[in-house]
Amino acid sequence: MKNVKWLASSLIAVSLSVSVQAAEVTGAGATFPAPIYAKWADAYNKATGNKINYQAIGSGGGIKQITAKTVDFGASDMPLSPADLEKNGLVQFPAVIGGEVLVINVTGIKPGELRLTPELLADIYLGKVTKWNDKAITELNPKLTLPDQAIAVVRRADGSGTTFIFTNYLSKVSPEWKQKVGEGTAVQWPVGLGGKGNEGVSAFVQRIAGSIGYVEYAYALQNKMTWTLLRNADGQWPTPGDVSFKEAAAHADWNKSAFAEILTNEPGKDSWPITGATFILMHKSQEKPAQAAEVLKFFDWSFKNGGKMADELDYVPLPDSLVKLIHTSWTQIKDTAGTPVWNAK
Amino acid sequence: MSPPTHAAVAPAPSETAGTQTQPRGSRRVGDLLFFNLTRAFAGLTLLMLAGIIVSLFIGAWPALKQFGIAFLWSGDWNPPKERFGALIPIYGTLATSLVALCVAVPTSFGIALFLTELSPPWLRRPLGTAIELLAAIPSIVYGMWGLLYFAPIFSQYVQPFLAATLGKIPVIGGLFDGPPLGIGILAAGLILAIMIIPFIASVMRDVFTVTPTMLKESAYGLGCTTWEVVWNVVLPYTKAGVIGGIMLGLGRALGETMAVTFLIGNMNVFNGFSLFLPGNSIASALANEFAEAESELYTSSLIELGLILFVITFIVLSLSKLLLLRLSKQEGTKT
Repeated sequence: MKNVKWLASSLIAVSLSVSVQAAEVTGAGATFPAPIYAKWADAYNKATGNKINYQAIGSGGGIKQITAKTVDFGASDMPLSPADLEKNGLVQFPAVIGGEVLVINVTGIKPGELRLTPELLADIYLGKVTKWNDKAITELNPKLTLPDQAIAVVRRADGSGTTFIFTNYLSKVSPEWKQKVGEGTAVQWPVGLGGKGNEGVSAFVQRIAGSIGYVEYAYALQNKMTWTLLRNADGQWPTPGDVSFKEAAAHADWNKSAFAEILTNEPGKDSWPITGATFILMHKSQEKPAQAAEVLKFFDWSFKNGGKMADELDYVPLPDSLVKLIHTSWTQIKDTAGTPVWNAK
Repeated sequence: MSPPTHAAVAPAPSETAGTQTQPRGSRRVGDLLFFNLTRAFAGLTLLMLAGIIVSLFIGAWPALKQFGIAFLWSGDWNPPKERFGALIPIYGTLATSLVALCVAVPTSFGIALFLTELSPPWLRRPLGTAIELLAAIPSIVYGMWGLLYFAPIFSQYVQPFLAATLGKIPVIGGLFDGPPLGIGILAAGLILAIMIIPFIASVMRDVFTVTPTMLKESAYGLGCTTWEVVWNVVLPYTKAGVIGGIMLGLGRALGETMAVTFLIGNMNVFNGFSLFLPGNSIASALANEFAEAESELYTSSLIELGLILFVITFIVLSLSKLLLLRLSKQEGTKT
């Protein structure tokens, strides 16, 4: 009897001490990187026993939660401007890269066959080019037979980082788009049908003949959709994929403006024009330095060990040069006494 | 409640009075407790309602201040430029609900009529249960089903047929004009109709069955047809319940979110009155945009949309009450 009691109490003591040791941190925000964060968190938990909870509530929600300090880190597909970071005492760093492609549903056209220019894309989304056999399209694609069919424009209905990156790109390449529509997680679309989420857009494009839509690259691959080529800033026609996404990331000038880089329309022969990074937001001054250190440890571990997992899910891990810059930037995150919570080994 | 019990207990013989006072006293306490408990629950609903209205008002205040009453008829919904107006979501909400009612009310009436008057008795139970089961399907399933299976068939067969038939009629033809995409106000309204039919039909069936058999049999005895009995006896007798059922369905249609989001096309620009065109509804706009709305004005405009939906629902309920009042007044003058 005594033995049993002793065993029970020691078990309780052990479990208590374990629960004290295993740090548990919470993050919330963007839905786009949620699958890779979940995978990293799972692998990290197996490797270290520490738990990362990530709630995919949307970028807007992530910014609100981290500003209100209800989570240890926030996540957003849209970088905050240096002024906004300063105002809320936040720092940000990119975590993973992804790309968006245009997918079409036109009979007889295979993936990678149709070529689009930035100007043409803007005109389609402005509702100025309305037929697949418009001269602007046929001149670019002399080898393809394009039907006399109306173009059904498809876009996201819900506010999303994907839309932000897409409209940011259109604003960069088309002054008319910038002036009439602008950029944001949701905009006033001049034409088109709104699908909910990447899956909604894919469903519309797959079912409506003559449609065009934008989705994350992973979605286009998984659903075997017909993606198009798109002329980049250097006048080249790169193939979308990790090589061209990485190339775009490598051409960004990450040193300036607190990582507030949007990777659209980057120069470089092989840069895919609609690329974007997703960001992590943290407070500069940490009331709970142990929690902050744990968040940084998690991302450090993920940058070192998570590249293959990212590839498997069709995300692109950050280039090494960028990871170095991020490590340097982490010294800004300090406890209330002013000591950095992160010690680079 | 208590006076009759008291009166019943009072003439009891005196020797048992002592033993009876105790349960009577505790019953009183129990009654009192129960009364207050139920009153508290009822009060809680009112309190929550008031709380929701107040918090909606506070949340919507920045938008109310910025746009004023013009918010109601401005067709602009432009997040990057921070200009917001509710006209398109209001129009979409009302249009889809109206389409849903136009289809669901006659269908439900037919179902209820068949179940109560015409169906062979052995079929009533399984058929009634099947209709009630429809109400238990989550709305996201209706949305997915509508998008993946209903919309393609709708665009390929139904819409071209509607455009070729109803579309040729002069005035209402404009409602069935435009590209058959399978997505739009009509598609969303039809899915809504399927969703509210179980509500309306089961309420109608329940009230139809409470019509006294004597009334119906008398009418049949006078040589009335089934239709005449239903139209002139059953329907007037049950009109409060029937209107209540329709309002229940309308309430659901106005506030339905997921199924509409999938099928309405979520277009915030007004391009015409055709039901084939994509539109937007209040609930759908809220569901789509709330999570990613960053600026204060954007969020508060969305909350104001919620407030407007609240007001629309309130107006609909008041109108149905008014309708019932007028109907019962007419009854008075006739007899």
